[in-house]
Amino acid sequence: MAKKPRNRVARIALLGAMLAVLVGCGGRDYQTKGIENLLPPLRFELTAESGEPITEAAFRGAPAVVFFGFTHCPDVCPTAMARIAAAMEAAGASASELRVLFVSVDPGRDDPATLKRYTDFFSDRVTGATADVETLREMTKHYRATFGYGEPNEFGDYSVSHSSAMYLFDATGDARALFSPDDSVAAMAADLRRVASEG
Amino acid sequence: MNTLFEWLRPWEPSAPVFLACILAAVLYAAGLLRGARPGFWPALSYFAGVALIYLVTQTHYDYYSQYLFSAHRLQHLILHHLGPFLIALAMPTAVLAAGLPAAVRRWPRGPAAPVFTLLRGGYRILQQPFIAGFLFVGLIYFWLTPEIHFDAMLSIDLYWLMNWTMVLDGLLFWWLIFERGDRGVTPRLSPGKRILVLALVMPPQIALGAFITFSDQNLFEIYDVCGRAFPIDPLLDQQIGGLITWIPASMMSVAAAIIVLAFRLEKPDGQKASQ
Repeated sequence: MAKKPRNRVARIALLGAMLAVLVGCGGRDYQTKGIENLLPPLRFELTAESGEPITEAAFRGAPAVVFFGFTHCPDVCPTAMARIAAAMEAAGASASELRVLFVSVDPGRDDPATLKRYTDFFSDRVTGATADVETLREMTKHYRATFGYGEPNEFGDYSVSHSSAMYLFDATGDARALFSPDDSVAAMAADLRRVASEG
Repeated sequence: MNTLFEWLRPWEPSAPVFLACILAAVLYAAGLLRGARPGFWPALSYFAGVALIYLVTQTHYDYYSQYLFSAHRLQHLILHHLGPFLIALAMPTAVLAAGLPAAVRRWPRGPAAPVFTLLRGGYRILQQPFIAGFLFVGLIYFWLTPEIHFDAMLSIDLYWLMNWTMVLDGLLFWWLIFERGDRGVTPRLSPGKRILVLALVMPPQIALGAFITFSDQNLFEIYDVCGRAFPIDPLLDQQIGGLITWIPASMMSVAAAIIVLAFRLEKPDGQKASQ
């Protein structure tokens, strides 16, 4: 009986320590998912839809949204692109500098010209880019994402599993928020405005 | 097609995990070389436990653990249940102590004695049966809370924290269950109490596993957000993960109870375990 209070204190202390580790991760007051301190800053070396090399330097100075997808995607990618285009529109003038990087994880089918046609359809603020599979693997790993390919059918078509999230980075390249398919356009727009207004 | 080398190459190299596994194997081997004779099966059990923990964390298997819920659950089954189970079953204290340099063995009686006294006190609190059982089940629930699971799989630091806590808690729990031989710091429970603890940790694991298996909602959104290792129906992935959380995890309690009974039956009269 005499040990009970000590046991309770130990349990509470342990739970408190575990929770303390998680507090402060992600950031507060985001309407989507805050990811401050959870992911590393924006960094990449890809080939842009223009055919020229492109790095994170091209996105410094303004917030950027990064999405990993592929142009043959039947649902997730076009929906995501339409939603981010709508969110940028809703965010208004405060987020007018914001740009989107659409990274194709299907370099076998997405050459720069295909990417340009695809991104132009959604917004002139969306830039397409890709690379060889190994480089893409490194980049996605950096952001704890992955992709994989299904078996081709008789027409050579194959499915691609990929991240459905959009990663929001601020003007200095720090990871700030993660947009999931369930997030509303209004919530995304609010976080775009918030990060854009912080410079 | 992955070659054997690619499979053995760590997806996410971790120096602390690598060093801990190597140190565990080297210390035990040194103990054997210095004359400790645990027997063939305990030695095999110990090395198998260490090797399993290494394989699911420091090979390409870890890639699947990070991008498939079912593979993640299998990884935790090994980190929290099977790996520590096998290590504790071997009761390697004497062999590891023999493997330590003599100077290190004297540390608990040297100038650092107060630190060891403090550690022993903390260890004995964690090894109280109720606390040990609570932690064992609580950690599974904690890391499977969807919001916490999301952050743990998104941040590499939290990911390793999660895996370390699972291994350490697994070692604490199974050590308490299989503790035998010369009396040490670990509280010695009677076989009945050990079986009671094993029985009490089963229902919460069964409930959680069944809840995940039969849920028609995608509970762990992180695997959609980050992408899966290959195209697979999210609910199928979740159902397999739920079954792993439910059935083999609970069966480990049954297996442990049988082993505890077998140890009890092997004991000669007059050496009954007691707390």
